Amino acid sequence: MNITTETVKAIDGVKLHQIKTDKYKTNTIVWKMKAPLSKDTVTLRALLPHVLESSSAAYPTTAKLRAYLDELYGASLYVDLSKKGEYHIISMTIEMANEKFLSDQTPLLRKAFELLSELLLRPLSNNGAFDREVVESEKRTLKQRIQAVNDDKMRYANLRLVQEMCKDEAYALHVHGELDDLPLITESSLYQYYERALAEDELDLYMIGDIDTNEVEQYVRELLPFKNRPVKEASLIRGNDSIEPETIKEEQDVKQAKLNIGYRTGINYGDPEYSALQIFNGIFGGFSHSKLFINVREKASLAYYVASRLESHKGLLMVMSGIDNSSYGQATSIIEEQLEEMRKGTFTEEEITQTKAVIQNQMLETMDTARGVAEVLYHNIVSQKKMDLTQWMNGMEAVIKEDIITVAKKVQLDTIYFLHGKEVQK
Amino acid sequence: MEQIAFDQLQEKLYYEKMANGLDVYVLPKHGFNKTFATFTTKYGSIDNHFVPLDKNGPVKVPDGIAHFLEHKMFEKEDGDVFQQFSRQGASANAFTSFTRTAYLFSSTSNVQENLTTLIDFVQDPYFTKETVEKEKGIIGQEITMYDDNPDWRLYYGLIANLYHHHPVKIDIAGTIASISDITKDMLYECYHTFYHPSNMLLFVVGPVEPEEIIAQVRKNQDSKNYSEQPSIERIFDQEPQTVAEKLSTLRMNVQTPKCMVGIKTNDASQQGAEMLKKELSLNVMLDLLFGKSTQHYNDLYREGLIDDTFSYDYSQESGFGFAMIGGDTSDPNKLAEKVKEILLQSTNGSNWDEAALQRSIKKKIGGFLRALNSPEYIANQFTRYSFNDMDLFQIVPILENLTLDDINQSAKELISEERMSVCQVLPK
Repeated sequence: MNITTETVKAIDGVKLHQIKTDKYKTNTIVWKMKAPLSKDTVTLRALLPHVLESSSAAYPTTAKLRAYLDELYGASLYVDLSKKGEYHIISMTIEMANEKFLSDQTPLLRKAFELLSELLLRPLSNNGAFDREVVESEKRTLKQRIQAVNDDKMRYANLRLVQEMCKDEAYALHVHGELDDLPLITESSLYQYYERALAEDELDLYMIGDIDTNEVEQYVRELLPFKNRPVKEASLIRGNDSIEPETIKEEQDVKQAKLNIGYRTGINYGDPEYSALQIFNGIFGGFSHSKLFINVREKASLAYYVASRLESHKGLLMVMSGIDNSSYGQATSIIEEQLEEMRKGTFTEEEITQTKAVIQNQMLETMDTARGVAEVLYHNIVSQKKMDLTQWMNGMEAVIKEDIITVAKKVQLDTIYFLHGKEVQK
Repeated sequence: MEQIAFDQLQEKLYYEKMANGLDVYVLPKHGFNKTFATFTTKYGSIDNHFVPLDKNGPVKVPDGIAHFLEHKMFEKEDGDVFQQFSRQGASANAFTSFTRTAYLFSSTSNVQENLTTLIDFVQDPYFTKETVEKEKGIIGQEITMYDDNPDWRLYYGLIANLYHHHPVKIDIAGTIASISDITKDMLYECYHTFYHPSNMLLFVVGPVEPEEIIAQVRKNQDSKNYSEQPSIERIFDQEPQTVAEKLSTLRMNVQTPKCMVGIKTNDASQQGAEMLKKELSLNVMLDLLFGKSTQHYNDLYREGLIDDTFSYDYSQESGFGFAMIGGDTSDPNKLAEKVKEILLQSTNGSNWDEAALQRSIKKKIGGFLRALNSPEYIANQFTRYSFNDMDLFQIVPILENLTLDDINQSAKELISEERMSVCQVLPK
């Protein structure tokens, strides 16, 4: 087993995480900006990184910026947004070839840091405002990005479940922002928010590759000077103790119905019971050996996909499946029965061992990709816990059957969401 | 066992052809946790008209049978193969494409056991009337899931426009009606025709010792009684130069329209280095026309005709090949018109110069290095390339030697109004 070693060092306002490894042909920089999820800022935050990655003072058009990236042996640059618990996170990733595999030995790493610095600190702007045309065209694309979820029914059903389930919580907000707020954003209001985000967000930089750690530290000091700032903490919402489950049915023009069921577990990443919750999820619905797959798909032939997953920083368990309109009753009762079996402890020691093996395998595989390493390590930032891979593995090993039953009993049904076509049976 | 070293990339590939004809490749990747293995047959959805093993005349089989067979391989008399893999800490999967069916696993422990499980389950079919019937419900849900997916419908809709007869126009999973005709006997017939080791390739990539892996596979294969099999006779109808439909529109439950422009190649007979060069030069050409660093891309983006779903690609297999350009758009007719215009006027060569070419080549080389971080990419693409007599590891040298003449010639050969088609998905 190849355990990843992370060295962490705060350089003023930036926490630098370095993972030195020679297994990749590329070097990867992942830049993360974290702030509490809130209605006031969600759309600004969703738009900002797209404006920043489209141009800069030195590369005033996307064509010029992209031509420069191509010149750096197709360095890839992309941004994305995620919700982790009560936080909204902006990520910017630059991945470039390691020149030792090229016939041309131009040092690319320094250039990548210079570029990150350029994009973050020298955007295309004038008198406290971004370029108007850039902002307008990114607003248009963001609008399409928000609307795109309507055209992908699997994602749509998942989004609708979260909206219904968390309707009074910030977590219901769309990760790409809210359509209604988009027209109100101007090139100057976005610029003001940009200054605020750079001054207040919690900043982390992950550097993964065959690098010289002193050299990287030097680049960060020189090119990414950010002042120290206090970490803004969001209040943790664990949900009510007793829940009155709700059922929401929606009709649309679809051939396949989507059944999405949300449960509250009250257990978050970093909590003592989290390992047991992961194993619970694995036996219940996480894999192709799980109860849901065997009973809903293999035995009853009701679905092609049926699975459960955890929202690890929000304490939610989500089941999702695509079924026939007429299978609602049968599918929901099989899923409920399987959860009841979990609560009763109807699973073997062999299933526990098998599930632990698969989860550990999944973790090690994730650690084989640079992006995966950054995502796994970033859980520690979001949860404010310090767990390395060995501790994680040990925590997983220590779980016994009773722990899983205890967790299963905490899983409470919150909302059933059913998106169905026209000929639904009552 | 042969060894092939790629010094610049610091990789070494090991190869052996087994006595029964199976090609086995191993690429050690030290430092990785995961071993990834694919066991692939050169048999996909397009192989629906062929002479079965031990028969004299050709048969036509129901649409979707290769994919159906892939699903059924996982079920055995003593249970489900997924269970066995997960007991051994592995995750397993499979996929069917136009030309291939691949079975795969990845694991960070018990690699030997998992490899044996992979080979043995694919070489031991078990179909019964009952299990075949039961699978029809599951695959039926898979088909309806894709029916609701507008990107899927757009892609397959465009291919169906491009081709008159070629079976690439048939949905890989078939239809609910076509799969209802499938029987266990048909599955056995397809299996025995296409799953002989001489029609298959095993690729293993990960932190492994190549000698051990190859010895293990050799022993496994030597213990099984495969007799030599004649080469498979596949039948394809003559395909006209023109497209079947110039334009099709699908009305779906979407908010944002979608539009793709396709062009089919007039000659998909190349194999080996010639095919590799053609595929790479056409992809460089498309990059020079539509890449993010081009004027065209920036104009289309500023006009609001494209967004970040915009993509372009050329791919070819034996017997068919096409370019596809498009994505979500506010104005599908205008986008179609612009893309066609850009393509048609590009044959005069005024869109590119030496500097742009060199930049695009650099970008592709960097992209290839990035892809080599992925065991999945290496195994899947190496297999695809090998089935077309191409060598994945020749990508960099061929790219480095591309010239403007190559690009101009590729553009002239591909681009022609009569081989273009448009498919659009529009809101109801």
